[in-house]
Formats: sequence, C-alpha cells, structure tokens
Amino acid sequence: MSFPWAEVYRPKNPLMRWVDERLPLPRLVYNAVGKGYPVPRNLNYAYNFGVLAGLALVIQIVTGIVLAMHFEPSAAGAFASTEHIMRDVNSGWFLRYAHSNGASFFFIVTYIHIFRGLYYGSYKAPREMVWLLGLVIFLLMMATAFMGYVLPWGQMSFWGAKVITGLFGAIPVIGEPIQTWLLGGFAPDHATLTRFFSLHYLLPFVIAGVVILHIWALHIPGSTNPTGVDVKTPQDTLPFHPYYTAKDGWFAGLCITLYAAVVFFWPNFLGHADNYIPANPLSTPAEIVPEWYFWPFYAILRAFTVDFILPAKLWGVLAMFSSILLLFFLPWLDKSPVRSGSYRPKFRIFFWVLIADVAVLGYCGGLPAAEPYVMLSQVATIYYFAHFLIILPILSMVERTLPLPNSISESVLHGEEAEAAPIDLGDATPAKA
Amino acid sequence: MAAVELDEGAAPAADGDGIRRRDFINIAAVSAAGVGGLALLYPLINQMNPSADVLALASIEVDIAAIEEGQAIKTIWRKQPIFIRHLTTAERAAADAVDVSSLRDPQTLADRTVEGHRQWLITLGVCTHLGCVPLGAAEGENRGEYGGYFCPCHGSHYDTAGRIRKGPAPSNLEVPEFEFKTDTVVQIG
Repeated sequence: MSFPWAEVYRPKNPLMRWVDERLPLPRLVYNAVGKGYPVPRNLNYAYNFGVLAGLALVIQIVTGIVLAMHFEPSAAGAFASTEHIMRDVNSGWFLRYAHSNGASFFFIVTYIHIFRGLYYGSYKAPREMVWLLGLVIFLLMMATAFMGYVLPWGQMSFWGAKVITGLFGAIPVIGEPIQTWLLGGFAPDHATLTRFFSLHYLLPFVIAGVVILHIWALHIPGSTNPTGVDVKTPQDTLPFHPYYTAKDGWFAGLCITLYAAVVFFWPNFLGHADNYIPANPLSTPAEIVPEWYFWPFYAILRAFTVDFILPAKLWGVLAMFSSILLLFFLPWLDKSPVRSGSYRPKFRIFFWVLIADVAVLGYCGGLPAAEPYVMLSQVATIYYFAHFLIILPILSMVERTLPLPNSISESVLHGEEAEAAPIDLGDATPAKA
Repeated sequence: MAAVELDEGAAPAADGDGIRRRDFINIAAVSAAGVGGLALLYPLINQMNPSADVLALASIEVDIAAIEEGQAIKTIWRKQPIFIRHLTTAERAAADAVDVSSLRDPQTLADRTVEGHRQWLITLGVCTHLGCVPLGAAEGENRGEYGGYFCPCHGSHYDTAGRIRKGPAPSNLEVPEFEFKTDTVVQIG
C-alpha cells in the first residue's frame, strides 16, 4: 500500500527479525509512520492537523479513563463527584481541565483538518473513502462530546440533554417514543446519566477503530498535497520518518503549549458558568447554549421559525442533520478535476466565504435567539446549503482553473515561496488533472 | 532539504569530532519531549493515591468512658475496624507473665500501651495474616486459646496484649498511633 520506491523493512537486529517473521507489527509501523511510507515532499503546516487530532484523541482517552476512576455516574452523585475531582482528588483539577479543554482542542484541530481537506480537494477521487470515514469520525466525536458534557450534571448538562434529545421528538409520530427511549424516562434523570456515561466511555474506542480505517484508506493513495498533483517519481516524496515525524513533533509541541496555556490559565474560558450550578429540573437557565463547537449547527437548528408544510421545529432538525449529511455527498457534488484550491481562483474565493459563513453561524449560535441574529442565521444557513448544492456544482463546470505544475518536485524546486502556487499565473490555460 | 544537506557536506562540525548542530537539536528536542512525557505520568499515577477527603477522615476521637473493665468495643478508623479493650488486672498480669523472647513478634504489653493508661489496649482489628477481622472484641465471641483474639479465617490466636501466639499470622495486631486527649477521650491517628 505504497509507492514502489518505498523503503523495505529489513531489521538488522536478530530479535526484531525473529519478531517480524512471527508478527509483522514492526513492519506495519515502519510502513505506516516510518521510513517505509513516502509522503509528498511539499506538505505545508495545514497537513499537521490529522496527527494533532490523533494526539487529541489519545489525550482524551487517557485523561478520561483516569477521571472515570473518580466519577460517580448517578443523578445524586455526579455533580458532587465532579466537585470531588476538582477539590479532593490529587491533580484532579488538572485532569478534568485537561479533559474538558481537550475536547475543545480536539474540535479546533478537527475543524482545521476538515477545512484543509475542503481547500485542497482531499475528498476527491481516489480519496472519497478517506473523506467518508472522516465524517463518520466527526459524527462520533459530536455524539461523544455531547454525552460527555451531560456527565457533570450541571444546569447546562441537564438542559443540553433535554434539548438535544428533544430534537428527536421533532420526528412525526415516532418522535416522542424515541425521545422517551433515549432518555429512559420523560425527562433526563438517573437512567439518562448512566447510559450516557456508558456510551461516553465506549465511543472513543469506536472512534479509535474508525481512525485506523481512515488512516488505512489514506495510505492506499497517500496524502494529497498543496498542488493537488499526483506523486509521480521518487523526487516527489520524502520518507515519513524522520521528515514528517520531526515536523509533526515540532508542531505538536507548539500546539500543546497553547493547549497547556488554556488549561492552566483560562481553564473555564471555553465553558459556561451555569454548568457549575447543579442540575435543576424545575428551572431552565436564562440563556441556554451548547459548547462552542456546536454553535454553527445550533444556529442552523434555530434558523427555522415559520411552519412551511412541515412544522418549523422539524425543519430545523432536518436542516441541522442535513448540514452534516450533505458533506457525505461532497465528492460527487464538486466535479472539478483540479483538486487544490490554489489552482481554482473562483473556488478559492467561495472557500473563504464559506469559512466566513460558518464563522457567522457560529457567532449567531452562541448568542440568544433574537433579532438580528435570527435573520443573520437564516441568511447564513441558506448560503451554507447553496455553497454545496449550487455553487460547487456550477463552479466545477464553468471555472477556468490555472495551469498545474508538471510534478510536485518541479513546483518545489521553482522556489520555496511559490511551493503551492501556480507556476505561471499569466498563462491561464485550463488545467489537466 | 537539498540546501541543508549541502551545508552539512560543505561545513563539517567546527570542533572536528563529528557532532553536528543538528545532532544537538535532535537530542535536546527528544530529551525535552521525553522528560515532559515522564513528568505527565506524575498526575496520572498520583491521582490514584488517597484523595483529600479520604485523608481528612484519617484521624478520629473516641469516648471510652463507658467501656467497663474486661469489655472491648469495635470502632472504624480509615475504613478499618479498631479494637479498644479495657484490660482487667488479671489479663495484664497474664500478658506480663509471658517470656518475651519466646514470642514470634517480641513485644511487651508496655510496648503496646502508653504510660498512665496501661489498661487500654488499642489495636487494629485486622489479622496480620490475610486481613480478616478476629473475634474476641464482642461479648461471647471466641477469644482463642490465649484469651485475647481469635481469627476464624485461618486460626490465628492472639493473647491479651494482642500478640500473635499460635497460627499463621506473622506479627502482632497492629497498634495505631494514638494519644489520650483526656482520661476518657482517645484520638486515633
């Protein structure tokens, strides 16, 4: 599963040779993240975020296993045991802040990773399966993060659980029985908390499994690169180790520094103060918002305010789920044979407009549902769907793309500055894939 | 990359022993990551030690005014049973009569009690063999062949000073740290 010029694993140490003949695990590692995996030599820093997401998953699993040793999954004890972790358990405050902010960092790096894929056309053939598996991971992450946020059993936890399971209540006829089934009652209570705890512990390992499939699928064609041009010769690649292990290591160090700064100095900056109030089924907080990483989707949910054939509530739920399910069709919506946004001048503009659009949705999703933010969410929601369903299909038909370099090495050798840029901007002949 | 490799070829290490700047950076970076990773193990391991609320319950005060001579009570300290026994004069005499050098775990009664309160034998109610609770503290329980405590799990006999006399236990019943606050109140731990 690699280029023909990949280094072959030849252990010198007799013990490693003995192991390799019986269980070729060292060979697997060598071919996956070692000298045996050739990678395009022109990857920029945007390509570091996949490794960072993997690191975030490891941090979440390690801190999570440790927190589960002290957490009490019961309606009566969850809030108190969370405070027990913060005050009594040795280093408990650190472990919990590392876990709660770890979730935020996991989403930050994942969103950058997804947008990098959108910009460089990483979802296009032959990498559709990589993209689809990535979306499965994203959905699992959202489910895991939501259930994790319910566990401390504060006000936001409780009302978050109520509102999100209420989404299923929007489904006609079977909606309410489904909501009751999800909650194990008529409102969030002990049964909800215990099942969420069980699943919150399970799903990260499911994610780890899908991550392995994601990487497996990636390693068949290999990574894309900023030019989007296929690897052709050994001059186009460098071995993963030491070149990309070193680069990933350095960049991970930088990002962990930022993460540590938040954990130690602004641990509650990304959280909500109301979640330090114990859950109260009789009083909804004045302003109820999900965690920041759900804000764009929350804005789409709330953008539907008028009944039109279907009830507004159902439209909101459908739109919110569609906004993600839509991405599963992206490889077939964007038909342009040119992968990289660097060679698609019009696509590039719309890409940045989409980023701004998602930022607006996120901004509105974090604010109370009042004008002008509702109107703004509605416009931004329409644009979001238009981007994928109208703009991308039309662009891929009409856009005049810029000429692609003949090879990765040619693009690299013609200058550090212009590694990802078109060779000759003046010569605007359509590119061949 | 090509440029860097050229530099290496053109300018070998200044000190001549073949150590390049890059070797130093490599070792420094990997060491820093290694030390950082090891430092992270500390909170991950230390979190399993007793937490602050557990340690806060590590010391208790017991009122012993109501314990008659010859009686014993069981109480709980650090989630473990504690035996507080008001020894009779006969029991003290029996304990003092033993030749200490003949014991498996040589201790006198005086070693195990405090000056001025020699009649109070305070021990953990945990057999030193495998941790069962010995009998003999409550009225009517089997006190074993030496009139102290008897562990029913594997048959260890303790005498009136809580010393191991017969059976598999390796040492005497443990005496916790304690202090008499007044004549009738003892603080354990």
